Formats: sequence, structure tokens, C-alpha cells
Amino acid sequence: MTDTTSFYELTVNGSHREVRDSWIGESLLYVLRERLGLMGSKGACEQGECGSCTVLLDGDAVCSCLVLSASAVGSNIVTVEGLAPNGEPSDVQRAFVDHGAVQCGFCTPGLIVAVHHLLEHNPDPSMIEVKEALSGNICRCTGYGRIFAAVETVVAVRKGAGS
Amino acid sequence: MTVHVPTSLDEAVQLLVANPTARLLSGGTDTMVEVNFNRTKPEAVIALRRIPSLREYSIGPDGIVIGAGVPYASMETGPLAQALPALAAAARTVGSPQIRAAGTLGGNLGTCSPAGDGLPVLSALNASINLRSPRGTRTVPFAEFMTGVKRNSRATDEIIESVSVAPTTGFQDYAKVGVRNAMVISVASVCFVHDRNTSSVRVALGAVGPTIIRAREAEDWLAGRVDASKQLPPDGALATEFARLVASAARPIDDHRSTAAYRRHAIEVLARRLYLRSTT
Ligand SMILES: Cc1cc2nc3c(=O)[nH]c(=O)nc-3n(C[C@H](O)[C@H](O)[C@H](O)COP(=O)(O)OP(=O)(O)OC[C@H]3O[C@@H](n4cnc5c(N)ncnc54)[C@H](O)[C@@H]3O)c2cc1C
Ligand code: FES
Ligand code: FES
Repeated sequence: MTDTTSFYELTVNGSHREVRDSWIGESLLYVLRERLGLMGSKGACEQGECGSCTVLLDGDAVCSCLVLSASAVGSNIVTVEGLAPNGEPSDVQRAFVDHGAVQCGFCTPGLIVAVHHLLEHNPDPSMIEVKEALSGNICRCTGYGRIFAAVETVVAVRKGAGS
Repeated sequence: MTVHVPTSLDEAVQLLVANPTARLLSGGTDTMVEVNFNRTKPEAVIALRRIPSLREYSIGPDGIVIGAGVPYASMETGPLAQALPALAAAARTVGSPQIRAAGTLGGNLGTCSPAGDGLPVLSALNASINLRSPRGTRTVPFAEFMTGVKRNSRATDEIIESVSVAPTTGFQDYAKVGVRNAMVISVASVCFVHDRNTSSVRVALGAVGPTIIRAREAEDWLAGRVDASKQLPPDGALATEFARLVASAARPIDDHRSTAAYRRHAIEVLARRLYLRSTT
């Protein structure tokens, strides 16, 4: 059993990170950004509606604003920073840039995590599956067309590379 | 505030005895919204997500048992979806993929909102809720569990462990009306279960009353007119009258999401649609 009070450890992008002197009721989103300096995950609504805070928690794409940070001890957390660990953009990130799927960019990190998660579980999704998988990520700028085009490109390129 | 992360149900039960005011936390999709907006500041939290037994389900000849911590995502496809198509249909309508990866039936039951999408399904399936406390396990029929808007009969020292459902044979489905396709709280919903094993049709309504409503009059009316041990007849006039009776069971109100009149109309349309869908 872990009784967590003011000090606990999280596993983020494969590293052990100590969380000290925080209020124990903070969301994982808040802790990632304000305590651990990982500014990739964005916070817009803090009520699960927009998806800009999406991270992988033990492999599931979830809203980090709805995860009680101290309850995530022992879980494997991957943020958008963890998807491109060497500073090189991932194929998904590159495709977003190439297709102009990034305008203000606020929704982008959450979408990038959601797209990585989708393609890991379903490498050849139909357009309806793409739309369904991204229905928890709201974008106010692009109208989604460029985002879907970016996903299609990644799917095609990965298929080509595999054959 | 303290946060406890037990790894077994027994441990969680003991922690709840030691911290009687603690807030139980499953997926956090209801609770964390309250915490983020300062609507609640629990003294203690007991997080249940690292208790493996709560995240398991079993499907057997005697019935189906779903752990309180099984996320909706696990109900959408796979063995649970095959065993309980109505639950799968309801799970698919919840929030977004992110919400369904985290949210659970235990949390839906804990919150007990009349708009909770899991609840009409549990009602129409005649599900039982299994509650664990230091006194042992208590099993409560869903109809006795939900007592009002966000009220249930869980004792303060009880943890929802699982829900049990008897096996059914026949059509079952869930239909919901909301303002859009994703991320929407129900305006009105209907769960329709045709159980050939017990020769019955059971209908439960969501978001149109203080609790989930069973349309008993419509159920009885239909039972007097059809042989429910077989597939139901594709009879449009019968479906229309059945749907009218279902809608008359609704007790909707006007609120910020919709009006009472629209909700009652929606229930009638959904009930008719589900009846006819069951006949094909
Ligand atoms: C953006 C968004 C969209 C949503 N859309 C929908 C929707 O379409 N349909 C819908 O029905 N709901 C929706 N919800 C509400 C929520 O996702 C569901 O009610 C969900 O089932 C809650 O489950 P949870 O595990 O996340 O609950 P939690 O937040 O962990 O808990 C909710 C309540 O239940 C109690 N509880 C949790 N587990 C137990 C247990 N094992 N024993 C006793 N008490 C327990 C908690 O103490 C708390 O009071 C939405 C929420 C959000 C944020
Ligand atoms: S900030 Fe988490 S979903 Fe909007
Ligand atoms: S690019 Fe601005 S919200 Fe998506």
C-alpha cells in the first residue's frame, strides 16, 4: 500500500520524477506542467471536454486533468514529450506540420498523443475510425480536414515502409 | 487531504473504516471535475484503480459479473460487448474515447445521475449491485440501489465491488438522444431488453425522472399481446402503441438541456425504434 501525502514519485516518459511540496489534490495535468516543467500537455477546460491534456496512462489515452496525480504512483505515464524523445519530431508530428494541421497549436499535443495511440492499436483505420478516435480532442482552428489528411499520410507512409 | 492507493479490496475496505469520510476514486471523470473547480475538497481519497479484482469481469453460464473498475472501453468491443450488446451500445455513447478509457460503472453508480448512461442498462437487465464492507458482501437489486437524483442506498462503509447480470437470450439495445454525437450528456435514453429466457421485455428510461424509470405498464401490456419466448412481431401498430405507453411512464422536467415535452417525445421515438429493431 502507498499512503501518499506531500511527497511521491511518478514514472513519466520512463524517468522517476519526485513530486514535492505540492497540494495532494492536484491533477496530473497540473503536476506535469507546474511541478515537473513538462509544458507539452495543455490545459483548456480541466473537465475532460477538450482533450488538449491527453497523455498515456499505462497505455490508455486519458485526460490528465481528470487523473488525481498522487493516485498515478506506480503507473507508466507518457506525455507528448515522451513521443519524440530525441528532439526529432515523430512521423505524426512531422505530418501535422507538413499538412498545416497546426494553427494556434493549442490542441496539437493532445491530438498527437491521441493519433499515436490510435495508430498503435489500429494501424490502418478507416476515416470513421479516425474521427471516432479523435472525437475527444477539440480543435477550434483547423476544421479538422488538415488533421485527418495528416493522419492519412502517416498511415500511408507507415504501410509503405512496412511492405 | 491524504491519498491512499490500496492494491486489494480488503485493504480498501479497511482504509474506508479508518477514514469514514474518504472519497472513493475510480476513473476520476466525475470526481476530478469537482476537485478541479473547488466544488469538493475531500479530507482523504481512496483511489481504487490499482485493485486488480475491481478491473476484472467474468462471463459464465450462471451470469455475468463486471468489476466496478472495468472501464467503458472494455465494454465497447470484445466478450463483454458480445454478451451484453445494450451495455456496449451505452458505453459507446459515453463522453469521448478518453472518458471511456477512464470512466467506470462503479463511478456511474456512485454518482447516480439520472442521465448516467450505464444505469438504464443495469435497470433493464435487472442487474444486482454487489457492495463490500467489513460486514461482508451485500447484494442489492438496481431498483433498490438508486433512490433519487444523485442518491443511492450505498452505506458509507460500503464499496461497490461489481454488478451481476443473469444471462439473457434475445435482442437488447440502448438508444440516446443528445445535441451531438460525441461528448454529450443524455437528454433522454431508452434501454430495451428482450429476454426470451424469461419471456419478457424490459424497458428502462434515462434522464426523464429523478431515478431510472422502468416502463412497467408498457412491459405488462406487451407481455399480454406477444409471445416473448420468440422473436417479437414486426407490427407497426403494436410498436406505436407500445411506444406511447413507454413514453407515458416518463416523468421529464424542463432544464438547461431540454424540455419535458421534447424528452417525452424522444422517449416515444426511441422506444418505437428499438421495438422495431428487435424484430429484424
Ligand atoms: C467530459 C465528460 C463527459 C462525460 N460524458 C458522460 C456520458 O456521456 N454519459 C455518462 O453516463 N457519464 C458521462 N460523464 C460522467 C462520468 O464519466 C461517468 O459518470 C463515469 O461513469 C464515472 O466513472 P468514474 O470511474 O470516472 O467515477 P469517479 O469520478 O471515480 O467516481 C464518481 C463517484 O462514484 C464514487 N465511486 C467510484 N467508484 C466507486 C466504488 N467502487 N464504490 C463506491 N463508490 C464509488 C466516487 O466516490 C464518486 O462519488 C462524463 C464526464 C466527463 C468529464
Ligand atoms: S484540459 Fe483536460 S480535457 Fe480539457
Ligand atoms: S490549431 Fe488551434 S485549436 Fe487546433
